[in-house]
Amino acid sequence: MTHDQSFTNQKFKLVGSRVNRPDGVDKVTGRAKYGADAAAPGQLVALFLRSPHAHAKIKKLDTSRAEKLAGVKAVITSADLPDHTNGAQLDVLENCMARDRVLYDGHAVAAVAAIDRETAKKALKLIKVSYEKLPHVTDVDEAMKSDAPLVRENIFTRGVDPKPTKPSNICKVSTFGHGDIEAGFNEADVIIEKSFKTEQTHQGYIEPHACLASVGPDGNGELWVTTQGHYTYRTVCSALLGMDMAKLKVTSSEIGGGFGGKTHVWIEPIALALSRKANRPVKAVMTRDEVFKASGPTCSTSMDIKIGAKKDGTITAGSAHIRYQDGAFRGQWGQLGAMTAFACYDLKNVQSVGYDVLVNRPKVAAYRAPSAPMAAFGVESTVDLVAKAIGMDPVALRIKNAAKEGTRASYGPTYGPIGIGPTLEAAKNHPHMRAKLKKNQGRGMACGFWFNFGGQTCSDINISADGTVNLTLGTVDVGGSRASMSLICAEELGIPYDQVKANIADTSSLGHNDTTEGSRGTFSSGMATIFAAREAIEEMKERAAQTWDIPVEEVEWVEGEARAVGKKNDNLPPLTLKEIAGRAAATGGPIAGHNEVVADGAGVSFASHICDVEVDPETGGTKIIRYTVIQDAGKAINPDYVEGQFQGGAAQGIGWALNEEYIYGDDGRLQNAGFLDYRIPVCSDLPFIDTEILEIPNPNHPYGIRGVGETSIVPPLAAIGNAVSNAAGVRMTHVPMSPPRILKAIEEAAEA
Amino acid sequence: MQVNLTGSLRSAVNGEEVVEIKADTIRELLSRLLETYPAMKDHMDTGIAVSIDGEIYRDSPSKKLPAGSEVFLLPRLQGG
Repeated sequence: MTHDQSFTNQKFKLVGSRVNRPDGVDKVTGRAKYGADAAAPGQLVALFLRSPHAHAKIKKLDTSRAEKLAGVKAVITSADLPDHTNGAQLDVLENCMARDRVLYDGHAVAAVAAIDRETAKKALKLIKVSYEKLPHVTDVDEAMKSDAPLVRENIFTRGVDPKPTKPSNICKVSTFGHGDIEAGFNEADVIIEKSFKTEQTHQGYIEPHACLASVGPDGNGELWVTTQGHYTYRTVCSALLGMDMAKLKVTSSEIGGGFGGKTHVWIEPIALALSRKANRPVKAVMTRDEVFKASGPTCSTSMDIKIGAKKDGTITAGSAHIRYQDGAFRGQWGQLGAMTAFACYDLKNVQSVGYDVLVNRPKVAAYRAPSAPMAAFGVESTVDLVAKAIGMDPVALRIKNAAKEGTRASYGPTYGPIGIGPTLEAAKNHPHMRAKLKKNQGRGMACGFWFNFGGQTCSDINISADGTVNLTLGTVDVGGSRASMSLICAEELGIPYDQVKANIADTSSLGHNDTTEGSRGTFSSGMATIFAAREAIEEMKERAAQTWDIPVEEVEWVEGEARAVGKKNDNLPPLTLKEIAGRAAATGGPIAGHNEVVADGAGVSFASHICDVEVDPETGGTKIIRYTVIQDAGKAINPDYVEGQFQGGAAQGIGWALNEEYIYGDDGRLQNAGFLDYRIPVCSDLPFIDTEILEIPNPNHPYGIRGVGETSIVPPLAAIGNAVSNAAGVRMTHVPMSPPRILKAIEEAAEA
Repeated sequence: MQVNLTGSLRSAVNGEEVVEIKADTIRELLSRLLETYPAMKDHMDTGIAVSIDGEIYRDSPSKKLPAGSEVFLLPRLQGG
């Protein structure tokens, strides 16, 4: 059955209410099972041997002594894995296990599975690796220099003409924009040009990567894993290891945070390979040190931003040269930064050039609206400087130049209905903007953009004989989607929320669902749930018609019951869902609804943030005094979770803006791979984060839903940057704005 | 129909910003684009998205391309 995805302005009874989360009791009582909480009889412990060098050739790798150690059941190196040379998955496999070279500090070179942790640790010590150290580079600007050490010898720059003949660390150049930049700058009364840097950060999910893998000699396998996308893990792991997809059952555990970092595989294929070799279940759990060194943080960046404007505030041109490091493997992060940089604005002349650059750091993974926060830091800081230069209120300047329906986006297409204008107007009118500031305090604001995605989705609804309902989902619940989907299911069926039990299925129980990324969970699963519920309703109408012995066309579904319509049916009392379910065995068997959909048309998303800070001029320390998030949600299914997403993004952005930073030594090794030295914000660092939800319906979703999970991390770096700059009286251009950087900037300004 | 290209995709169509392709669906568009510009293969292998009148489609090959619609080819993007 084909369903219409269009927005219908349906009136709701349950959607939009604040309900208890179905996973709440499990999570606060410790009953919830995370990645490391599974166990199997006879399981082995997996440990990894990792490179101590930033860049080196593996001259010799001898595992023979480890293999002979009592209690060791399997040792894996790249030689034990399928050869994917020239294959699409080579990079993925090579990141999981180095081949002839280690490309970053922490790159895995071998793994062992042993009967216990102590034995596995002893085995690692018995593996002998002979390295030939190679020159390394960890800074993005250094890596772009012509004499920089080459991270990969087989990477040639894409996106340039003519096609290069020499390898380069610049793996891709991506140019976006339209109009005539030079003409635009010539029209400007004021031109501001500034360079910015942001340091590498980690998503900082509290739960490390963990899995329990089991593969038998018959080729059947199971993987219990913390992931944002167990179907994707199945696809990738089976391809890497040459397994039949249908014979690998992947079950997603509860997830202790992902934020993009659990969209890629890291230890999981190796755990499966160890299990296959040992013919025993294998449990692998990363240490925090490994998470920092060998999972997928976001990029460090460097960028040059130039904006020209007339005295009346019209921005005449904007350009950005954005350099993002992708770690040691090709990525698209610079390209994404270039696409998002000016997306908030209606510009006649705009150009952004993104450079994706390889360095000797871990493979970069997505981090919540990947690439957008850093580009927004550069652009939104420069917009504030323009406002100051022409003496205009920074919010008014943004409102004057905000993109709107019909604007040609800086990345190409023309926008439909969008919410940047309303978020800015809400910011302008928010009481926060009128609150008085004290000495050493400053206020900043910024706006942000993110694309949002949909994708392949599949849901089942099964009505039990007692009228309760199982809702089976395949999109991993990362941010509370089981509550939202239960609300939607109950809304459609016309039953109470607590009559629905939502479950996340394993990969053998439901068709493919894309990974929970791109803020797609509520948008996509919501669509599939609506349509599956409507199919179940059609089935229940059939059963009611059969019971009444009337044509189904004379049955309608209203408020959780079938009603016979028409005068001749006046004598037929309604049949509730519970009554129909109770008679199912006699009317055709189980009642179910199912839907599979490619949920495209997710609609872009915008947010505006306001931030007050206090900077201590003696220490350079910054305290966030007040913070407000305003964002378009399309339709907030469960406002508690929407607000939670807004607050979570802001909290992570605050950590990124003020403290978090990968620090590499001259030897190319990570110096602060732990939460003591890499400090994420804790409750005492944060004020209550105020939120305002705007609901500008997405025309491509029956309920008008837009994704909300990512956009909230886009403005914070810039909003805090603007606030700190206003408080300290000096423009901050380097994130994180840690106390030493702020103090240095204050001192340099004083000397100048 | 006119198909706009952005970013690194342009290098696969001789640097052109706009190419003319006759197609009724996304599937036809991508197929004919590849026939005309074999260099698009690298990009298609890593993923392409198509924007029709501002809405981005990643996995809808059967989606119709209405006459007169604005069509952009974009890299297939990833979120977190």
